[in-house]
Amino acid sequence: MSAELDLAGRVVELVRRVAGPGAEAEVVAVHSADALTRFANSAIHQNVAEATTTVRLRLHLDGRTAGGSTTVTGINGLESLVERTIAAARLSPPDVTWPGLTPPAELRPDAGFDEATAAASPQERADRVRDFVDAADGLETAGFCRTSYTSGGFASTTGHSAQGRTAEAAMDGIARLDGADGVSRHASGRLSDLRGVPMGARAAAKARAAGRAIELPPGRYEVVLEPTAVSDLLSNLATFGFNGKAFAQHQSFAQLGTQQFDEKITITDEPLGAILPFDLEGTPRDTLTLIDGGTTRAVSHDRTSAAEAGTTSTGHASAASRSWGPIAVNLQLAAGSGSGSGSGVDDPAADAGTGPTASSARALVSGMRRGLLITDFWYTRVLDQKSLVITGLTRNGVWLVEDGQVTTAVGNMRFTQSYPQALGPGAVIAVGTESVALPDRWSGVRFTAPALHLSSWNLTGNASG
Amino acid sequence: MSVDHFDEAGAAVQAALDAGARYADARVMLRRTETMSARDGEVEDLSSDESAGIGVRALVGSSWGFYAVPDLSDAAARAAGRRAAEIAAASARVPGPKIDLVPAGAVTASWASACEIDPLSVPLSTKGDLLVAATATARDAGADLAEGIYQIWDTRKWFASSDGHRIDQHIRECGAGITASAYGDNEIQRRSWPSHRGQYGTRGWELVDELALTDNAARMAQEARELLTAPLCPAGETTLILGGEQLALQIHESVGHAIELDRILGWEAAFAGTSWLDLNQLGSLRYGSELMNITIDPTIPGALGSFGYDDEGSPAARRDAVRNGIWVGVLAGRDSAAMAGLDYAGSVRSDGWARLPMVRMTNVGLEPGPHTLDEIIAATDDGILMDINRSWSIDDKRLNFQFGCEIGYEIKNGKRGRMLRNPTYTGIGPKFWQSMDMLSSESIAWGTPNCGKGQPGQIGHTGHPAAPARFTNVRVGVRG
Repeated sequence: MSAELDLAGRVVELVRRVAGPGAEAEVVAVHSADALTRFANSAIHQNVAEATTTVRLRLHLDGRTAGGSTTVTGINGLESLVERTIAAARLSPPDVTWPGLTPPAELRPDAGFDEATAAASPQERADRVRDFVDAADGLETAGFCRTSYTSGGFASTTGHSAQGRTAEAAMDGIARLDGADGVSRHASGRLSDLRGVPMGARAAAKARAAGRAIELPPGRYEVVLEPTAVSDLLSNLATFGFNGKAFAQHQSFAQLGTQQFDEKITITDEPLGAILPFDLEGTPRDTLTLIDGGTTRAVSHDRTSAAEAGTTSTGHASAASRSWGPIAVNLQLAAGSGSGSGSGVDDPAADAGTGPTASSARALVSGMRRGLLITDFWYTRVLDQKSLVITGLTRNGVWLVEDGQVTTAVGNMRFTQSYPQALGPGAVIAVGTESVALPDRWSGVRFTAPALHLSSWNLTGNASG
Repeated sequence: MSVDHFDEAGAAVQAALDAGARYADARVMLRRTETMSARDGEVEDLSSDESAGIGVRALVGSSWGFYAVPDLSDAAARAAGRRAAEIAAASARVPGPKIDLVPAGAVTASWASACEIDPLSVPLSTKGDLLVAATATARDAGADLAEGIYQIWDTRKWFASSDGHRIDQHIRECGAGITASAYGDNEIQRRSWPSHRGQYGTRGWELVDELALTDNAARMAQEARELLTAPLCPAGETTLILGGEQLALQIHESVGHAIELDRILGWEAAFAGTSWLDLNQLGSLRYGSELMNITIDPTIPGALGSFGYDDEGSPAARRDAVRNGIWVGVLAGRDSAAMAGLDYAGSVRSDGWARLPMVRMTNVGLEPGPHTLDEIIAATDDGILMDINRSWSIDDKRLNFQFGCEIGYEIKNGKRGRMLRNPTYTGIGPKFWQSMDMLSSESIAWGTPNCGKGQPGQIGHTGHPAAPARFTNVRVGVRG
């Protein structure tokens, strides 16, 4: 039994003792050790680590519900948490939406985790940063190398219990030349998969190719989006479209069983190995198919949104899911399977090739007669949630492609685009054959994506307005 | 305060020094938060959270290290200090330029924000009844979805540094808001009161009482429904009048972040971005029109970005950022200021004990002007009034922005006309600010409780005094 499961079990016993056998309680204890080495101006300027254990209790008592958490895990802190949460429940208005506790359920087989990543030292992270900086060969660099370890335990008054561990490494860096930036970004369960030399070289190659950018008039352009840009599509689709609460409240575009996307689009959520194998309600996590061959099949639910939608939880409860909705954080867009379109690079993290185009996008670029190659999106925000119209900007490199060749760099542009429309039936020309795992700003959030060749992207302004 | 944690903070600092640091500081922080949300007349979620720990920052040579643990024992504090120094030593594998800190006098002080009604002492049933009543009122008035939320933060912190600081602070913050949504065939319109995420400040529950959530709920629902059939905001260039709430976010995004010295120095280049501002132009660059006077002022009573001392021990002080349209000041920390050759800091904060202190906005606001909103409207022949933020996006240099608002109104011949739906506007920061030709005196210090920055991510609380203002030749009506 892990220390976290023991901790969760002790809180359940405290609840039984103080609130009596009628109380329904679920407890999650999570120990996280996160470390992040950050660099800018080609030097490490921020280098942080923390080790935190958080205990979160949700309690349903006499028809009323309250939740609470603490990082004070001595007996006094746990008793305070229980007493505070019981008091809050007793003073709260009645909760007519309480979905009940998760019944005992088996977890999927343990995906395991990399001990070396969990125990990574600041020296190991710094060495990767040094390699990235050196490989950029004099260009100014900035970014981070991150490792994290999580161990969690769940217990509830139903007798259900679960435990699991996970580790993650991520590296994200830019190289800069005369105001033009190039990027390389990867995530993995193993720090040993992340190599600073090819990543620094890749970012530098992009930056060198991004100089002397021209401005293009706004309008609709055919585009190839590199995986770094595609991950933004996945993030926004997950947050606003496949969000079970938004779906239950009719704020999502999602219509189950309907062909809403191009048939080349299949999106799943793949949490196993990336995050704990159970959610905050103790529901086991598993692969969830959201879009299958263009047809919307599911959205992500916790027990509350599932009850409202008349279905079952998909294991996406979080501390904020009752308020903001359950959100899948490990979306994977299935790579294309076309023969002859691959680049031959088996390991995208080792893609140090010259020129602006990532290996994962080269085949798609060669098939574009005239359009834009876009590396990354930035500051994307929802203009209309139902149609998921998003505005944002390009970042880290845009190029004009003519007759399958990159011809010139283009300045960053603003776009205003419905994401489901961009991926709609007939809108996807091709899907790349290499997938890249990409980190988010938050540990555990990881999107896996190939490049995409889309028929139309609505660019509504250029860098000068 | 009956119990202090200076001993633990001091032990951590000493341990870092003993491990080779030439400077160290430590923050012990205890934070209680309480959040309740309601939907359609029912309480949806209630959470009461407690967090306590110590974060230590060590400077070894010219390299920083930071370590944090949720354990306030003396042994844990000392171990954290040693660990911070070890991490700093690892940073030296990729060294940067020499780091100095602008001088900060050894301060021993205690400070607390003003609070008439302790928000954590207000019965949950009272707070729940408020959200239930407000959301039920909106639902009954025609909202398809009515949501409400309040949030409370009660933070105590003890700061010690090797420069001799011993500062404790007790900061209480709270706020609330409601949103009414109306569903059309393929779109959703919403109206929020008093702003798109509610209004927040370093005040007690009296702030929430003043918001009159229930009194405004029915109007929000009616306006959301009315928006469904309102004409679309036209596309083109026009005269734009912004309400104070939207202007507060405009200040936050296109001025506040741009004057952060860490961004200007490139420290945020890979994530949050840099700034279009060049330190060589500090004191001479025209940022906006003569009407544009922006201050950095963490001393404003009750504003969300107020404090007694920042998280490096610098005392709160008012400072000009833009005076008569000229850029004259930045948000700075002790190390970034020294690197830039400036002699002031005072704008460094951390989002809890587990996060590294970094340059953050405090209260960055626009000084009021001579007019009223009614006078601005009366002086406008042809334009659009927009208010209450719905979406925001700006580039990594803080130049190219696009905002969406919840509601717009046609302005014709000096009068407010038809309601307009999906109003948006876009522009380039300095060009936009230089076009400001009328400014109201009706200023409110709007609170932004969700400012994201840093890696690992930190959420900052900032304040933005703002009043309605008019801008000319602005592109509006951008759509997908």
